[in-house]
Parts: sequence; structure tokens; C-alpha cells
Amino acid sequence: MDLDFDAADESFRTEVRDWLAAHVPAAPLPSLETAEGFAAHREWEATLSADRWSVVSWPEEFGGRGSSLLHWMIFEEEYYAAGAPGRVSQNGINLLAPTLFENGTAEQRARILPAMARGEVIWAQAWSEPESGSDLASLKSTAVRTEGGWLISGQKTWSSRAAFADRAFGLFRSDPDADRPHRGLTYLMFSLDAEGVTVRPIGRLDGKPAFAELFLDEVFVPDEDVIGEPGQGWRVAMSTTGNERGLTLRSPGRFTAAADRLTALWREHGDPADTALRDRVADAVIGARAYRLFSYAGVSQVLHGDGGPAGAVSSLNKIYWSELDIALHETALDLLGPYGELADHAGESPSGGWAEGYTFSLAGPVYAGTNEIQRDIIAERLLGLPKGRR
Amino acid sequence: MRFLLDAEQRDFARSLDALLTSCDTPAVVRSWAAGDHGPGLAVWARLAEAGVFALAVPEKHEGFGPLPLELTLAFEALGRHAVPGPLVETVAAAALLDRLGNDRIAADRLPRIASGKSVVSLCPTSLGPYALDADMADAVFVVDGDTLRLAAGTGTVQPSADPARRLSRPSGGTVLAQGPAVAAAAGYAADVAALATAAQSLGVGRTLLARTVEYVTQRTQFGMPIGSFQAVKHRLADTLLALEFAGPLVHGAALALAAGDEGAGADIAAAKVTAGEAAYAAARTALQLHGAVGYTDELDLSLWIRKARPLRDAWGTPAACRARVMGTDR
Repeated sequence: MDLDFDAADESFRTEVRDWLAAHVPAAPLPSLETAEGFAAHREWEATLSADRWSVVSWPEEFGGRGSSLLHWMIFEEEYYAAGAPGRVSQNGINLLAPTLFENGTAEQRARILPAMARGEVIWAQAWSEPESGSDLASLKSTAVRTEGGWLISGQKTWSSRAAFADRAFGLFRSDPDADRPHRGLTYLMFSLDAEGVTVRPIGRLDGKPAFAELFLDEVFVPDEDVIGEPGQGWRVAMSTTGNERGLTLRSPGRFTAAADRLTALWREHGDPADTALRDRVADAVIGARAYRLFSYAGVSQVLHGDGGPAGAVSSLNKIYWSELDIALHETALDLLGPYGELADHAGESPSGGWAEGYTFSLAGPVYAGTNEIQRDIIAERLLGLPKGRR
Repeated sequence: MRFLLDAEQRDFARSLDALLTSCDTPAVVRSWAAGDHGPGLAVWARLAEAGVFALAVPEKHEGFGPLPLELTLAFEALGRHAVPGPLVETVAAAALLDRLGNDRIAADRLPRIASGKSVVSLCPTSLGPYALDADMADAVFVVDGDTLRLAAGTGTVQPSADPARRLSRPSGGTVLAQGPAVAAAAGYAADVAALATAAQSLGVGRTLLARTVEYVTQRTQFGMPIGSFQAVKHRLADTLLALEFAGPLVHGAALALAAGDEGAGADIAAAKVTAGEAAYAAARTALQLHGAVGYTDELDLSLWIRKARPLRDAWGTPAACRARVMGTDR
């Protein structure tokens, strides 16, 4: 369809496509949720970064190209269409970096962003705690003032990438006496090999050990690693979670590419008489198209409209992509029939990544704020319904 | 790249919405359903004055179209206000006559459609035997394969699930044109009709949602507004979600049609099934959350509830749309 991309947009698309064609590894890298795969993906980040493709939308001084949001979306479409490797740096790039751009100091940006862009420092998120999932305001881990910084203690869990990553970021309770639970939180960064940090890998549903539990025992964090004002961590973090739920974590290119692969799978394996399954393929294809167009409308609003879309719109996005992702993968497994049960690395698997993708998709409605919480946000902030008990 | 309405388009949609708000359309719909077309034709005339029908007619026949995107904005407003009549059929007939390549027929009919003087129905027999509102239309066109007829009779009106949609079987008449040009023009007209119906569904769904949100905020049970219950909230959040993601599909399909894209038909089918299902789900939710009063005829909400399902199935059932998306319809 014609969405009026201009010559500059098209030439950017061609440049991305050509570069990817020349550089995407011929064989898929091992899963980035394993030690071996993590290392291979770190190298891929370096390859991307060498030609400034790892963070296209960042300013040039930090390793980016200063590309517009629209070009970023074009980049993502080409990236997934080319079957390029998953991004091991995505927690840093999509969650921490926007926070630093918005709330960090110039020193923090100069110190942290270029190393992130090159894949030299890979970041894990450390939001969740055993008693705090979507309810971040109930966090219990503490940050206690000490000379030149803070001592953090407590337990973080379900921390993506933490088994192999270098550093982590999260919220800590710095003022237990604050009048409201979401006040008195401080946003800070720490090294996973610092004294007092114990990392215990947790196997995920797919058996891969990339999740981890973090036990923190008076870990020293210097003042320079606090983002924003102490006690303002909640406000600082909200800018990040909006990014997580919205565009940046799950760009449309990922789903349009998956829909294209699903269509190909259906043409190859689909029974023409099975219209029920064909209809599910159609719905997944339509869903990916709807998500792409919804995203373009959002980008257009940012670039040409009166300001960006309302923050709660990211909740619409989050529910939509997480449910779409499951539908795409479930339908693929059904198309594969008896082969759908095989793991991707099984010798007889025809898969193309559907098995791992399916297992991962199941986490979508849970992480980044459960879909139940997102529905509450939509009802209260977009529809204006009264607050009630959760 | 700018995937956004411009100021003029937004103004057009707003002014149409304001016009229809002033028309007391629920009363108009009830009259129409009872066979009194007077109030409905008065609304028709005002819509024509606002340019709605001219959007489907090219300039050389006194219109200012075809403008598919503006047409979707108009039909969303028509759906929001549950406006009765063969609205979709009239613009689809205009599209058909424009594409037919017969200047005499086009010059005879199109200016009258653009100005609102002529209300027209269209019945492609491949989609069923019934024409909408044929009993009051000035002309009823029937497409049968590659033959275009002007019907002579319209038969008895059959009561419909939506009483404001009056269905009857056109019969007899004279052959106006025959051959591949008819089939091609009819195919294009069916795309225009499906797109307009999708937009209309979107409007129907939005009104169902808005009225239900208003109701659950006021209605109390167990000592509090039912809109504070999570089960109620989540159903309405899902309703908004479905409508919000259907909107860009309709917009994108209109652009594809305007650009003459090869894939426009599939894009329209995607928009049609999604908007139709979203509006129908909105109707189910609206009925459920209104409780027993939602199951009554006297509540105006019923006008939208009963429209949602026929619109979902008119001009391309969900199954037919999905087949078209997958390219298995031929």
C-alpha cells in the first residue's frame, strides 16, 4: 500500500536493506538466552555499531544516526524482514537509554550510552521483586545513604538478561517514611559483579537460564549512578515503562515479518479445506497490518500532529502486540501439526524459530505490566471510568 | 510520510457530526423503520448539501470525488448517528456508474446522486437476493454476473433484524449494460461499498462504546458505579482496543483505494472484517453491560445494537473478507 514514503525514506530503506543483506549471519546465532549465544549476540551488537546501525535514532555523538522515529520504524521493518538476530542490548537501548536522555546528566549520557551502543556493556532490568510484580509501588529493596553514594540491599527477581549481563538498573526504596508508597523511591544503576551482588540464574518456561534472581547485600552505588533526584524514582521510571509498553519494545516490523513467515508456512503446509485455520492465519496477518498502521498513526502524530499520543495509548499497544504475538505463534504451531511440539534445536524440527518464539510470546501478557493492569489503565485514563478495587 | 487526517478533513468530520447531532436521528430511524421516509429524506438533503454524496461522484458529473478517505469520514459519522437509508448503496451505485464507461448513463444519473435529488439502491445478486430500501429508492440497480439491470419492481418489504434496514427482492426491468466492463465496475463498486460499510461499523461501534461508558458510570449496584468493577472495565477496554486498531485499517484501505493500489481490495477486506467484528463485539458488550434494559426496543441503544450485526455481514461476510485477505476467494 502507498503511505507516501518520500525519496529520502525510500533511500534510507534501501541503505538498511543493502547493509543487512551483506551482514546478517547466514546461519541463526545460538539463543541469546544461553552463555554461548549471549557472547555471539554481543559480537553482533559490535558489528551493527561499527556502521552505526545499533541505535539509529540516537544522536551521532553517542553512536547513532540521529534518525527520525519514522526512519527508526523503517529500520525495524527491514531488520526483522531480513531475519537479523535478536537484540541482546534491548533492555539498555529501549528502557534505560530513553530514561537517560530524559532524566540523566550529560556525564551519565557520555559515560554510558556509547558503551551501550557498542555492546560493550549489556544491561539487565531489575524492576520486579518477589512481592512486587505489576505493583511497582510496593517495592521493598532499600537504598540507604552512605558517604558518596548509597548502599542497596534486598532481592530482585525475574530479571531479564541478568544471568549474563554486565550491569542492571532498577528502583529502590530510599525513604521508607514517605507519605505515599510510590514516593521515596530512587532510580539507580549498579554492576552485577560488584561486591555484595549474588546472581542466581532461574530457568524460564523454555528451560533457558537467562532470567535471574539478584541478592543484594549492602552494594555500594556511587552518587554518579543515581538517575534523577533521589526520591523521584517513580516519576523517572514512568517515562521508561511507557517506552517499554509502547513502540520501542515491540516495533511493528517484528510482527509484519512474523505474519509474512506465517503466510509462507500456510502456503506450504496449510490444508486448503481447513478454512478455520486459514481464517486464523488471516486474522494474524490483519492484526500485524493493524498494528503497523496504528504505529504509523502514532508516529505521524508525534512528527506532524499536535504533540504525541496520550501516555495511556501505550497500554493499548501493549495488550495488542502481546496478544497478537501469541496468536501468530499458536497458529504457526497448529500449522506444523505433529512437528509443532518439537523444540527448535530438535534434529527433525522444521521450525524456523516458532517453538522458542511461542514460549517467549506467552510471557508477553505478563511482563511490562500485566495486561490486566493495562486494561485498568485504559478504562480509567482513556475511558474515564471510576477507580475501583483491583 | 504522514498517516494522519489534515485539518480540513477533521473539520469536515466534526461539522458532519454536529449537523447529525442536531437532527435527532433516533426519531428519524424509528420513522424510517415504520415506513415514513419523510424525516429521513430531510436528513438526506442536508447530507447532500454538506457534500456527502458528491464525494463519490467525479467532478465532470458535478461531484468532487472520488475521495475515498473523506467518504470513510462521512460514513463513520453516519454510523455514529445510525442514519437510515441506502447510503452505502447510493455511493456504491455512483462508483459503478462512474466506472461503467457509459457517459450517457453517467451524465443522466450522477449529478442527481451528487446533489441528493436521487436516492438509489444497488443489489449484486452474488451477495444475496435483497436490495436495501428498494421500496423508496428512485432507482434500483441489479448486477447479475456481467449484466446490469434497472429493476422494474421491488417486491414486498421483508422485516429485517434491523427494522430500519428494509429489504426486498428487486425484479424484472431493463438491461442497461452487459459485458466485462459491468463486472469490473461492479467489483470496484463492491469495494467502495465494503469500505463505506467498514467506516459505518466503526461509527456504530464508537457510539455503542460511548453510550455504555456513560451508563456504567451512572448505574450503581452493590453501592457503587458498575463502571468501577474490573470485569466491566476490562470488557470496555477490549471494546476500545478493537475499535482503535480497526480505525487505521479503514484509513489505510481508503488511501490504498485512492491510490489505485493492486492490493486495495484485500486491504478493504481486512478493514471490513475488523471494523465489522469490532462493532458487533461492541454491541454485545453494550447489551450485556446495560443489563435487562439493554434488551429492550424502547431504549435508543437498540438502534445501534441491531445495526451492528447486519453491517458486519453486508457487502462481504467475515469469512469472505478473510478469504480475500488470503487470496483464496477466486
